[in-house]
Amino acid sequence: MNTFLDFISFRDPNVIYVVLGMLFVNTSSALIGTFAFLRKRALIGDAIAHSLLPGLCLGFLVAGEKNLIFLLIGAFVTGWLSTFAVDIIVNRTKVKQDAAIGIVLSTFFALGIVLLTYIQQNAGGEQAGLDHFLFGQAAAINRSDVWVFGVIVVLIIAVVGIFYRSFVVVCFNPDFARSVGLPVRTIEFLITSMTVLAIASGIQALGVILMSALIITPGAAARLWSHRLPRILLLAVIFSVVSGIGGAYVSYAKAGMPTGPWVVMFLSIIVFLSIMLAPNRGIVSRISRARRNERKILQENILKAYYQYHEKKQTKKLDQLLTIDQILSIRNFDTSDLMKGIKKLKREGFMLQEGTTYALTTPGQKESKRVARLHRLWEQYLLKRTQIDTDHVHSGAEAIEHIITPELEKELEKELGIEGIPDEDY
Amino acid sequence: MKKEVSVEVHNLTATYGGRPVLWDIDFSLPAGQIIGIIGPNGSGKTTLLKAIMGILEPSSGYVKVFDKPLDEVRERVAYVPQRESVDWDFPASVFDVVMMGRYRKSNLLKRTNKADVEIVEKSIEKVGLTEFKNRQISQLSGGQQQRVFIARALAQKADIYLMDEPFVGVDAATESSILSILQEMRKEGKTVLIIHHDLQTVSEYFDYLVLLNTRLVAKGTLQEVLTKENLSNAYGGQLTLLAKVVDIIKKTEFPIREKDVDL
Ligand SMILES: Nc1ncnc2c1ncn2[C@@H]1O[C@H](COP(=O)(O)OP(=O)(O)OP(=O)(O)O)[C@@H](O)[C@H]1O
Ligand SMILES: [Mg+2]
Repeated sequence: MNTFLDFISFRDPNVIYVVLGMLFVNTSSALIGTFAFLRKRALIGDAIAHSLLPGLCLGFLVAGEKNLIFLLIGAFVTGWLSTFAVDIIVNRTKVKQDAAIGIVLSTFFALGIVLLTYIQQNAGGEQAGLDHFLFGQAAAINRSDVWVFGVIVVLIIAVVGIFYRSFVVVCFNPDFARSVGLPVRTIEFLITSMTVLAIASGIQALGVILMSALIITPGAAARLWSHRLPRILLLAVIFSVVSGIGGAYVSYAKAGMPTGPWVVMFLSIIVFLSIMLAPNRGIVSRISRARRNERKILQENILKAYYQYHEKKQTKKLDQLLTIDQILSIRNFDTSDLMKGIKKLKREGFMLQEGTTYALTTPGQKESKRVARLHRLWEQYLLKRTQIDTDHVHSGAEAIEHIITPELEKELEKELGIEGIPDEDY
Repeated sequence: MKKEVSVEVHNLTATYGGRPVLWDIDFSLPAGQIIGIIGPNGSGKTTLLKAIMGILEPSSGYVKVFDKPLDEVRERVAYVPQRESVDWDFPASVFDVVMMGRYRKSNLLKRTNKADVEIVEKSIEKVGLTEFKNRQISQLSGGQQQRVFIARALAQKADIYLMDEPFVGVDAATESSILSILQEMRKEGKTVLIIHHDLQTVSEYFDYLVLLNTRLVAKGTLQEVLTKENLSNAYGGQLTLLAKVVDIIKKTEFPIREKDVDL
């Protein structure tokens, strides 16, 4: 608990750097990564991230120490080379993009590991911590790093803001963009460069192996929540930053824990929750929609049973009190379902109870007629417009009566030229 | 007086990985008409439109639009890609997509202005999608998506429209509403170039035809093009010899034309 208090109260000045660092790094990668996700370049992030390692090592060798600027320049160069190599392989050979990415990724990464091992065996103490670049160590972020990340995030926000329209049209329909004469190659170059930059800035905190998750995952999770790109971008940033700071906390509390895996763990939880909870597409909302539909079907069937009962007895008004057995004689409900449905209908003012008998209220009678009418209109429609046997007409209409909207009802009426409730029942 | 030429294609050859898909295509098309491009699957129709629009670099030859290189007249040309060429799950609304028709190289960094919004709304209205204006494109039917693309082209306010199979996957009602839009465009003196699949309707829709199968098989008025001989040349497997040569070229990476022959 104490470490948590230390963390959130920023008592340890390093915590401020870590939190700011994660805020900047994750904002950068989520923003530009969402565009990579929309361009369906999910794997390219992986290739870039792995390909940064040799660049980082070269940057270290040139500088002779862990100078962030040198490391970033080295990373940027090899990151860029990797996307370039993928493009060349795809354009010049028959190798498809996924295979090309696999080839480039492993080649660059192998080279990186060779260089890293060389450095560890030959350089002195100043190389300490270089291996953090594999899995990331947020605690290593210091004051001057924060400045660099800050500049990068401002740059990326500015580029996304200024080139927003071009990014969108190039991601959605590059052929069209080219046809209106937009400089598609330049725009793609810009997106790729910003992606490389964002990944490079995150390497120290998250490591080359897992950094690519921060490019694609936030945008993919955010997409489940919204159809509007500005909102998707905002959500992606929030998801990413929350996971980043969560992961940084765990690795702070358990000194020495690598940060990258924990950030990705948090991110995965968010993805899981998004799949479960997201509106419309989420599992929970699908289940609750199914439940709602079932309830609606049950209630409307009970109302319709009343209409059928009265029709049999040839009474015009639908005001008789019925016992449960009488209702069941019309339609074979499951009794516990029936009781539940009646309870709901009573609460909604469609039914009332007297002792052990039940009747429809005035709105209930109206609803009852409406449902019966829709059912029979649809039966008539099926008979008129399709090839269907009369003994199949009823089951065909049984589900449809519950989903016909008032607009469809009007159209049915017009098409069939029927007013009121058809007498024929199949 | 010489009739105005809308598109001039000069000795155009396009290849994919060494295989010629368009081969020495050479024609010029009249302006102010509805022109159909027909040919069997894989005959290079889409490739021809892409080459005209400069989306694809031809291996030789050039294209002129209104007697100028395309780059000088881009704002007078609108392109409607094949509907399946984009991901309709992209997070954008009908309005967003149609607004793309107003994008130019020159206004890319600017915000949209009122005049643009007005043009976009008019275009959406013309294709009958006003009530879906703010709908996400993923929630549209195939025919509605096709109309979104046409609205985007209308918003470009061009003089020539190149459309890749705008009638595929639309119902009869949509088809006739698209057709009446096209006829209205012709009345305004615009040129429309359409890739079309259905030979049944060709004579109803078009004033002028280009019949393609890797090579130009025929072009001209309906009577000139729709002859038994032309159609069996293009569709009837009469060009199997051509296909065989194409395969050899691809396998041997043979140059299509000797370097020093100037055309
Ligand atoms: N990106 C590509 N890479 C390689 N080959 C391609 C590519 N695009 C098209 N082709 C080939 O070029 C040929 C012509 O293609 P194109 O799309 O122009 O035909 P099309 O006439 O539009 O056909 P369809 O009627 O099916 O739309 C086809 O054989 C196709 O396989
Ligand atoms: Mg095509």
